[in-house]
Formats: sequence, C-alpha cells, structure tokens
Amino acid sequence: MSTTSTTDPTPVPEPPRRDLLGRKKRLDDLADSGVSLSTDAWRRLRRNPVFLLGGAIITVFVLVAIFADLLAPQDASVTMLADQVSRARNAIPPSQPGHPLGGDQFGYDLLSRLIVGSRQTLLVGVLATLIGLAGGLTLGTLAGALGGRVDTVIMRVVDVLLSIPSLLLAISITALFSQGSLYTVIVAVAVVQIPVFARLLRGSLLAQRDSDHVLAARSLGIKPVPIVFRHMLPNAISPVIVQSTLVLATSIIDAAALSFLGVGNPDRSRPEWGQMLGEAQGFIDSHPSLAFYPAGAIVLVALGFTLVGESLREALDPKNRR
Amino acid sequence: MLRFTVRRVLQLAVVIAVLALLLFAWLRSLPGGPASALCGDRCSEAARAQLQTSLGLDRSLPVQLGSFVGRVVRGDFGTSTGVQPGVSASQIFLDRFPATVELALAAIVLAVVLGVPLGYLSARRRGTWLDNVGVVGSLIGVAVPVFFLAFLLKYVFAVKLGWLPSAGRQAVDINSTTVTGFATLDGLLTGEYDATLDALKHLVLPAVTLATIPFAVVFRITRAAVLDVLDEDYVRTAEAKGLLARTIRSRHVLRNAMLPVVTTIGLQVGALLAGAVLTETVFAYRGLGDALATAFRERDYSVLQVLILAAAIVYVVVNLLVDLSYALIDPRVRTR
Repeated sequence: MSTTSTTDPTPVPEPPRRDLLGRKKRLDDLADSGVSLSTDAWRRLRRNPVFLLGGAIITVFVLVAIFADLLAPQDASVTMLADQVSRARNAIPPSQPGHPLGGDQFGYDLLSRLIVGSRQTLLVGVLATLIGLAGGLTLGTLAGALGGRVDTVIMRVVDVLLSIPSLLLAISITALFSQGSLYTVIVAVAVVQIPVFARLLRGSLLAQRDSDHVLAARSLGIKPVPIVFRHMLPNAISPVIVQSTLVLATSIIDAAALSFLGVGNPDRSRPEWGQMLGEAQGFIDSHPSLAFYPAGAIVLVALGFTLVGESLREALDPKNRR
Repeated sequence: MLRFTVRRVLQLAVVIAVLALLLFAWLRSLPGGPASALCGDRCSEAARAQLQTSLGLDRSLPVQLGSFVGRVVRGDFGTSTGVQPGVSASQIFLDRFPATVELALAAIVLAVVLGVPLGYLSARRRGTWLDNVGVVGSLIGVAVPVFFLAFLLKYVFAVKLGWLPSAGRQAVDINSTTVTGFATLDGLLTGEYDATLDALKHLVLPAVTLATIPFAVVFRITRAAVLDVLDEDYVRTAEAKGLLARTIRSRHVLRNAMLPVVTTIGLQVGALLAGAVLTETVFAYRGLGDALATAFRERDYSVLQVLILAAAIVYVVVNLLVDLSYALIDPRVRTR
C-alpha cells in the first residue's frame, strides 16, 4: 500500500501531544504513519457509483429542504384552489399556470407541498436518528463498559424491545400520548432505534475488551473511563456511522407508515410526505398521482440514504482493503 | 446440546417475564390510566369504577402486578372496545390468528424460494450487470414503503387489469365451511375446491406485497454469505482435491452459506408482523395486522396489549427454534 498518491494532499501531522512531564507521545506518532482506514475507505468510496448516486440524491434533498421557501411556487399552507375541489364530481384541481402539478384533494398546491414537506421528512429522519443514537450510545456504553449485572439488566430490556416488531413498538409508544403530533412520531421512531444502537455498541465494546490495544492501554495505567472513551469508542465509530445512515432511511419510512396509520399531526398547514400519502389513499382509483408523488419522494430519499449506508459499510469493512 | 437448549429456554422465560413487566408499565402510563384506557370512551362512570376495583387499582403496585400476571396467564385481557365491541380480546386474537399465519407463511415461502437461488446466482456472477441489477433492486425493495407497494399492486392488478380481487380473504358468494380457519386449507379438507382457489386468489397480492422486504433481505444475505464462503480455504482445498464442481457447490458452499440465511429468516418474522399491519390494512384482509391497525385508531388497548404480547412471544419462540436448529447444523455454536 502506498503512503502517498498524487491526488491526496498529505495530511498535516499533528503537533506531538505531550504528557504532564513534557515527554512526546512517541507511540501515537508512530501510529500515524501508513494510511488510516478512513483515508483508505474514502479513496475507495469516491470511485463507487453506488455512493455517488446516493450522495447526489441526499445532497439535492437537503438543498431542497434548506431552500424550500425559495423553490416553492406557492404558499403551501393555504388552500388556494379549494374552489376547484368537488367531492360530488370527484374533481381535484388540474395542472394550471402557477400550479405545475395541480392541487390536492384539499385545494393545496401539490408541488409546493412536496417541496416544503421535505423539511418535515428531513427533520424526522435526523432528529429520530440523533435521539436513537444518543440513547443507544448511553445504554450500549454502560452495558459494554461496566459488564456484569448492569450489562445483564440492560441487555434483557434491549432484547425484549428488539423482540417487538418495530412498527408495533412505535405504535405502542404513540399510544402513550393523548395527542398526536410530529414530535410524537419522532419520539416513537427514535425509541425504536435505541435498542438497535445499544446492541451494536455493546457488541463492539465487548469485542474490544480483551483486545491488545486495550490491554496495552490498561498496562500503561490509563484509567477505565478514558480507555472507554479514547480507546474503545473511536474504534466502534464506523459501524455506528453505517447504522446511522441506514436508520435515517428506516426512520423516514417508519414515520411515513405511522402517518399512514393515522398518528400524524392534525395540523395540515405543515405538509409531511407520509401524511400526504396516507390521505391520498381514498383517491387511488381516480387520482393515483396524488399518492404517487409523495411516495416517489419517500422512496427516493430512503433509497439515497440506503445507498450511502451500504457503500459505507462496504468501504469500511477491513476485509476489502487491498 | 441439552445444556445449550435448557439455557436458551431459560433465557426465553426471562425475556417473556420482562416483556410482561414492560407491558404492565405501558398500561399504567396510558393517558387517563388503565381503567379508562381499557374501558374506552363510551364507558359509564359506574362501569369505570367497577373496572377500577376489579383491576385492583386501589391496591398497592406489587398486588396489581400480581393480578396482572395472573390475568395474562389465564388469557384474560379484557373486552374489546373498538375492534369488535363486547368480544373478549383473546377471542379476537384466536379468530384472526389463522389468517395472518397463512399470509406470513405464503410471504416467507415466496421470499426464500426466490431469494436464495437468485442470491446464489448473483454471487456467482459477481460484478456482472445481472448482479448489479439484483443488488440495486433489493435496495429499492427495502426503500419502498410497504403500504405504497400494496397500493401500486392493488391499482395495477385489481383496479386496472381486474385479474385479482382487491380486498378481503374470500368472495362473498363462495360457500365454505370453516374447519381450521385457514381459508386455503379448509376447502381442501371439505372438498370445496372452488373455495380454496378463491382464497388463493385473495392471497396473491397481499403475500407478494409482504414478501418484498424479506425477499430483498434474504437475497442480499445469501449473496454476501456465498461470496464469503467462496473465499474460504476449505473450498480451495475441495477444488485442489479435484472434487466435482457440483459436489463443492452443494456440500461445501451452499451448506455453509445457508447458516446466516436461516438466522435471517428468523429475524424477518418480526418484520413480517409489522408489514402485515400495513398490508392487511390496504387489502382489508381480516387478520391480526388489520385488527391492530383498527385497535390503534380506536384506542382499543385491550386488543393492543394481546397483539403486542403475542407478536413478541411468536418472535422470541421462532428465534429460539432458529438458534437450536443452528446449533444442530453448526457444532461451533453450542460451546458459546
């Protein structure tokens, strides 16, 4: 494996860290030679069409969410075409100047709602993943680092939570709230992810407990807490990144499923793709496009995150280093 | 092997005990407390007070937990308020159980019968366009929301083409005698073959919908497992020994690659139950999933708790069986 290549700028070496006595940490300097796993992974990722496609989808999606107000041709929270909706004639507003995709069954401008809805979807995905990750990190670290009885208790609860199908667990959690809202959905979807992350981290920490680098750190007299945080968790980071990317996709799909089953928020002024899709099901025979657009958006975004997650998994797998 | 089995069964008992505890805590924290939750909206003050007493809500927590466990063991989960008002929750479960088992079995058979051979083929032709189509296709399969796929199939095959029925488990005008509750089997037993055919027609779309995610997962796991095994030393040894390619493929590659696939099938059972909620809702297929969606909308907690408990128990039992079969196939597992 070559350490230099024409395209990679060589990383600037960090100034040597010093301990209390001013001795350089020579060991760390030695470890910096060679190509790190992440550099190597990145080099292979950039050539992977799967990653590039997924990354492109996510980039477009995030940009649309950020600039939604500028992109949306109409105000998405006003039923401006309501006079063209007729239940009796089963009519919804057709495509017309200013409304390229026409309106939906309430008289909202469909394109604007799709564009603005990207914000809710991004919010649900990111928040649910972050909460799930934080919870899983806490539980998994406690179980994996402390071991013993704490580990047993935590993992039994995690096992039980994993034994309840994710959607059922999410449903049970939303049932605890008397009023459905977007945040109910986020909390429910996030809680479902906690046991997944917890199990992943615990497994990774346990695998490292008897490994040579931890043994080395212990024999140097480093305290348990820094060992866990400085020596064990960083090594667990790559599976967590992969899992987070995949969870972004699943939480978006789960949230859509919950909205479809009717948990969503009663407030229609903030559009959400899953809710749009759920509310369009009554029109599947006459106006399938109402369901088709939000569904297409959900599929595309979920696919984007899945593609990136899978290509990351492949790139970070040490087995593939050549 | 015996010790391994005993240990796993004990673990299972612990999991179910913790599950009951969690369920108890869940019922206690429902909005309005368990009495009004189990009683429903259209519940008189007197009935609620009576329930309050019968649930022992005026007693201490440990006593309540004891009576809760007692009721669970007896199968007494209260009366449905929204799904079928007045019917006991466990009766609803028994009525609808066969439909979902039938649907889930059909889906898992489809997923395995298609997923394993295609995954194997994809691994053998690694990097060809066939392989790439398979991999991208399986990723799309996971990314498509189940309920949307259900819509799509319903729209194309039932609404537009009219090839298959769009809803229900059986046509209204079919005479059928219920023997086991499995619609496809009953017709065969009683000789009402038209009923079996009709039930099968009703099963096609929901089963295909429900099979997509397990199919995609089984495909990917099979492909990865075969790729892993092909690199193993024992395969090279077998080749070096001059064994027939056919023998290597069946005895060395497939047999070892099937281990993770068997595990995956067990893990997919949970996903199937979740998928069934959405699939049955769209196709108005009267099984447990449809009951769950209704119970959820109507806030029918007595039915919800039965279904959650049942789903989790089915899942852990299936995975226990998977573990045991795994230990039978692979001697290395037993010593762990």
